[in-house]
Parts: sequence; structure tokens; C-alpha cells
Amino acid sequence: MKIVVLIKQVPDTYEDRKLNTATGILERDASEKVIDDVTERALEVALTHKDSDKSTEVVALSMGPASVTDSLRKALASGADSAVHVLDEALDGSDAGWTASVLAAALKRTGFDLIIAGNESTDGRGGVVPAMIAEHLGLAHLSYLNSVELTDSTASGVRAGEDGTSTVHVGLPAVLSVTDRLPEPRFPNFKGIMGAKKKPLETITVSELELDPAFPGLARSVVLSTAVRPARTSGTKVVDEGNAGVELAEFLAAQRLI
Amino acid sequence: MSNVLVLIELSSTGEVRSTAPELIAAAARLGTPVAVLAVKPGTGADLAKTLGGFGAAQVYVGESDQVGSALVAPQLEALASAVAALDPSAIIVANSNDSRDVAGRLAARLGAALVIDAVDLKSDGGKVVATHSVFGGAYTVESTVDGGLGIVVLRQGAVEERAAAGKGELTTVALDLGADSFAVIDSVEPAVASGRPDLRGATRVVSGGRGIGSEANFALVEQLADVLGAAVGASRAAVDAGYVPQAMQVGQTGTTVSPQLYVALGISGAIQHRAGMQTAKTIVVINKDADAPLFDIADFGVVGDVFTVVPQLIEAINARKSK
Repeated sequence: MKIVVLIKQVPDTYEDRKLNTATGILERDASEKVIDDVTERALEVALTHKDSDKSTEVVALSMGPASVTDSLRKALASGADSAVHVLDEALDGSDAGWTASVLAAALKRTGFDLIIAGNESTDGRGGVVPAMIAEHLGLAHLSYLNSVELTDSTASGVRAGEDGTSTVHVGLPAVLSVTDRLPEPRFPNFKGIMGAKKKPLETITVSELELDPAFPGLARSVVLSTAVRPARTSGTKVVDEGNAGVELAEFLAAQRLI
Repeated sequence: MSNVLVLIELSSTGEVRSTAPELIAAAARLGTPVAVLAVKPGTGADLAKTLGGFGAAQVYVGESDQVGSALVAPQLEALASAVAALDPSAIIVANSNDSRDVAGRLAARLGAALVIDAVDLKSDGGKVVATHSVFGGAYTVESTVDGGLGIVVLRQGAVEERAAAGKGELTTVALDLGADSFAVIDSVEPAVASGRPDLRGATRVVSGGRGIGSEANFALVEQLADVLGAAVGASRAAVDAGYVPQAMQVGQTGTTVSPQLYVALGISGAIQHRAGMQTAKTIVVINKDADAPLFDIADFGVVGDVFTVVPQLIEAINARKSK
């Protein structure tokens, strides 16, 4: 089975993240760049399957600027067999629609039996790209999976919903998207890190995917303005001397909250 | 006025989910609200009355035997059918797992643009202008749609007003899920009803952190939530420590909340937690560590032991109620 895992590089959520207020685009240099945790968990699903079936081929696919190479190298070090990086300045500032079109085209090129993604990234938080890719490829999509069971021809698992969970299944090929309830990813070991340097990491451009970088016919979301929210200031702070609960109740009453 | 479609979500037992009134109210800002939903054959008429009451001028019902067993496919086909029939100027769906799946697929199918996680929505000279709260509210971004139809994914709880009742004129069509592949729902495990408001969209939230100390002690958080009529949340530290299930996590990788009142008990305020709650209108923090970073954004902070301050607070609130 050939599994393609979608990897996303994001600004580290443990640091301050910045938008460029002129363009509304992420300032990629403002914070440390890491593989999004949930896409590492997606990779772990594929690698766990590979552990049980050595014939499994795992490909890591990502779209983004040159720095994404680091994240793909890490995926290779963890155990992916090869990596594909869609790298093109024409894609700077892509919205979900462009991103999904490009990734779908790249997936057609690499071939796949199964595609695994994270449910949403920690930066955009849109949670729509896996569904869009599934539609582009005419595939079923098993989304928001808290657990995954794979066989050669099916995928099943427990899906998180609004008012509970459901048990769901699908025949392959299909797109799966997983939540951060999935097991934590493995750490690359020394052997993996050294071996990753010899594994293929292919870089492709939009024209190699035979896409028009103007994406004719595709409506897009455009940013009109970006403003930094004024910093919140702290209000009253009291040290409890036996009466703070009552004082807090008075505050809530004054705010008409009780 | 142009038609604005909203995708109505039903619970697994067939009731209209609580997001319907706010979706219809948001649509009324932009045009004529049309509620779109997928149901099992013969069950649409009663729902149309309810949705008319929420302000829907029209209710477009797609019927399929596979509602409840085909994952999001009936909802997708109902919405696609309504788009073809009603030529809408915009589509609005709730920011929920199911509706995001529908919105993503429909956008890819139609070449429409997705307006993701809008917290506010207006019409500006016929164009939809959405406001987004990015990186946990650190930035406010306004966006619009260029070159075609926009599908707005509206944050739950973002729209407070309600639309005046509409006619709820019913149109029923049979859905053809076609040969398109879709995933199958084998069984549904409803969440255990807590009797408390849902965290997402709640107007009041009381959350506990590592400082609560144990699963048993979390009862204190619940007691305060109940006297305030609030939803119960938790920090990632409390979830990781096993005090509460992950579904209660507020923060970057949990639920983002924007309530009128957020009360944080024993939460120090890691950047990931703040990203999930800092747009709350009023923030109250109780923590025995005077240096907890969450005090920096608190409207009212108490440096003290939650196990003495909170019981006193509950008593004071109850005393006011009984006056």
C-alpha cells in the first residue's frame, strides 16, 4: 500500500506568532517553524501500518516555502520513504482553495492508495483542505478521526462529532484526517536521521503540476485589512485576605454577570 | 434581495442543532435567508416550521434514505442542489466538524472561496465582508471574496442577534447521492448529556487547570459553573493530568471560546491556553501563584486558594440570588 501523508509546517504555538499587517500573510521568520503536531500524528498512523506491513510505502508531501525542507527531512528521519515538496513563489499567500488544488494535483502525480492528513493546522485552523482534496480527487473522506484501523482495502475509526462520536468506515482509496487524540509521533533516532539524507526529496513547481498559477475560475478569499488587537490590560487584582470570594461576587454583580 | 443559503445541522436524533438561529440571523444581514437541510423522507415539514420561526424565508429540504448513514454526503448534495436551484449570493455554514467537511467539498466542486472561521459578517456594497480573529485573537483580519461565490464558515456563538420570523416556505427535493464515494456511519455514540451548556458557543465558561489538583477536586469547578449557568472547560495541563476528558480542553488545540465571562481556576495561563480564551469579554482569574501570567489579562484577579475563594464565591452568589 502507498500512503501519502500531508505534512504542514507551522509557526511554533509555544511562541508569539505574527501576521504582516500590510499583507495579512504569516510572517514566517517571526517564530520558530515546526511540523504541525497533528500532521506528525498523521505520519505516525502511516508508519505504524508500515511497522506491521513492511511492503507499505510512505510518502511525505508538503507545499510551502524553502524552510519546509526541514520538516520533510524530519518526516524522512522518522521513517517516511520519500518526500515531495511543492515549492513555488507563485503560491505565496495561497488560500485553502489554491492549496487544495495544488496538493490534489501533486497527489495525482505521486499516486496513492491512501492519503492521511491532520484535521486542522494550528495556524490557519480552517480544517477544510482534506475535504477539498477528497472532492478534487473524487474520493471519500473519513474526517476528525480519534482512532484509525487500517486493512489493505478499508479504513475505519472513531470520528469526533458535535454531539458525540461515531464509528465510521470507508473503502480505499480514500482521504483520512486525524485529530490530536491519535498517538504521539515517534522521535527520529540517529540511524533514521543519517538515513534520511540518502532518501529522495523531490522539489516540484506549479508548472510541473501543469497548473496555471493564476487559478482561473477559482474564487478566492482576499484579505482587506489586518490589525493587531490592542493588548489586554489587567484590571483589579486582590490578594485574598478572607473576603475575596465576596469581593469577586460584588464585581460580577457590578458587571451584571450575576 | 438575493438568496443566502445556510446549512442547517441536525443532531443524530433529528433535532435542529442550536446553531440554526445564529446562522439564519447572519444570512438575514446579507440577503434573504434560505435554510437548507438533508432529512429522511417525510420528516421535513415540522422542521420547516421551526426554521421559519428562526427567520428562514424558504426552507429547502433534500430527502434521502441515507441521512444518518452516509457521512456528510446528503448535506453536501442538498446544499449543491439548492445552489443550482436558487443562485445564492453567499452560503453560510457553522464552524463544526460536519459543516466544515461539507463546505470544503462544495467549495472544491464549485470553485467557490471559503471564508474561514468568521466571527463577524456584513454586506458592503453587495460584497460579503467577514471579520476573523487570528492566532487566538492576537490579530483582527477582514476579508472578502474575489471572483465568485463565497462560503462562509461562521464561528459558533459569534452572532448574537436573532432574525424576525420568516415564512419558512417549504421546497422538497429527492437527493441523488450518485456514484460518488462517501464514508459510512456504522453507529453513533451520543455524548453523555451533562445538563450544562456546550463549551463551544457558551456565553459563560468556568475552567480548571493543574491547580485543581485531582479529578475529584474538579467537582468544585463544576459547582461554580452550575451556579453561573456556565459550561465547564479545562487547560491542557488538566487534561494531560487526566482530571477531565480532552473534549473539555480550551486552547490552541482544544476549543476556542469567546464568552461574556471566563473564569479560570488554578490555571497559570500558558500561551496555548490564552489563544483559546483571550477574546472573552470579562476574564476572572483565581490562582495562588501571584505571578501566574493569566493575571496579566484578567479583569478581576484573586491571588488566593481556589478551595477557599470559590466556596465563598458560590455562597455569595447564592445569597444574592435568594434576595
